[in-house]
Amino acid sequence: MSLTAKDMSVVKALWGKISSKVDEIGAEALGRMLVVYPQTKTYFSHWSDLSPGSAQVKKHGKTIMGAVSDAVSKIDDLPAALSQLSELHAYKLRVDPANFKILAHNIIVVTAMLFPADFTPEVHVSLDKFLQNLAWCLAEKYR
Amino acid sequence: MVEWTEFERATIQDIFSKMDYESVGHNALTRCLVVYPWTQRYFGKFGNLYNAAAIAGNPLVAAHGAVVLHGLDKAVKNMDNIKATYAELSVLHSEKLHVDPDNFRLLADCLTIVVAGRLGNGFTADVQAAFQKFLAVVISALTKQYH
Repeated sequence: MSLTAKDMSVVKALWGKISSKVDEIGAEALGRMLVVYPQTKTYFSHWSDLSPGSAQVKKHGKTIMGAVSDAVSKIDDLPAALSQLSELHAYKLRVDPANFKILAHNIIVVTAMLFPADFTPEVHVSLDKFLQNLAWCLAEKYR
Repeated sequence: MVEWTEFERATIQDIFSKMDYESVGHNALTRCLVVYPWTQRYFGKFGNLYNAAAIAGNPLVAAHGAVVLHGLDKAVKNMDNIKATYAELSVLHSEKLHVDPDNFRLLADCLTIVVAGRLGNGFTADVQAAFQKFLAVVISALTKQYH
């Protein structure tokens, strides 16, 4: 389900609207994921505070969304844009790719909460496809 | 049997007691048909589903969205016995409607997103967890009679 030109322009336009809250979305989505899908906590056993709103959660949510925002700016060539991150996730982090879907769902839920008027079904489908493509590229080097 | 905490029970009752079933049902089904277009396979008789605007404006979609949400109401009112409550509906979805159960999850995700949009900050992580658990139990019950 590859990205059409329309998907790319819809995602870029959405990012224009949400860019001021991108860090908040990241923190909220990550925090939410750890609560709603507790099995994801297994990847963060080295953190002292996994509660939503903790400094560690906020910082990491910001890191993740920074990378997602970067991918939006390079949406024409996602495999190239995500090549290094794919190596990181494949060889070092080894996050099961099923979790990318879980985080994507939470990013979508938070975006819907914060921008209900902008998050129409058409915008939703393009963002869903974008995050799916992003996840695919992230898992590229896994095997 | 599913164990519900007091918080989970109260959250589910609260969300559904304040919900506009017609509007939320319409929006959730519309969103599902747009975001996951292969789900349109079950609605061949609904006429014009050619684009998002057509789907959103289609009265049959609106009506059916409401049917689905009112069906969810059975679970809201029988939280301690959802499996038995949905036995007949499960047989219906399997034997007559031939719906791939994965679609229940897709619609459930869309419903979660519509409710999140309506509740805004009220849709906290704990509320989301309760809501998704509820929908997971419903999906499990609806899938139970498939063979």
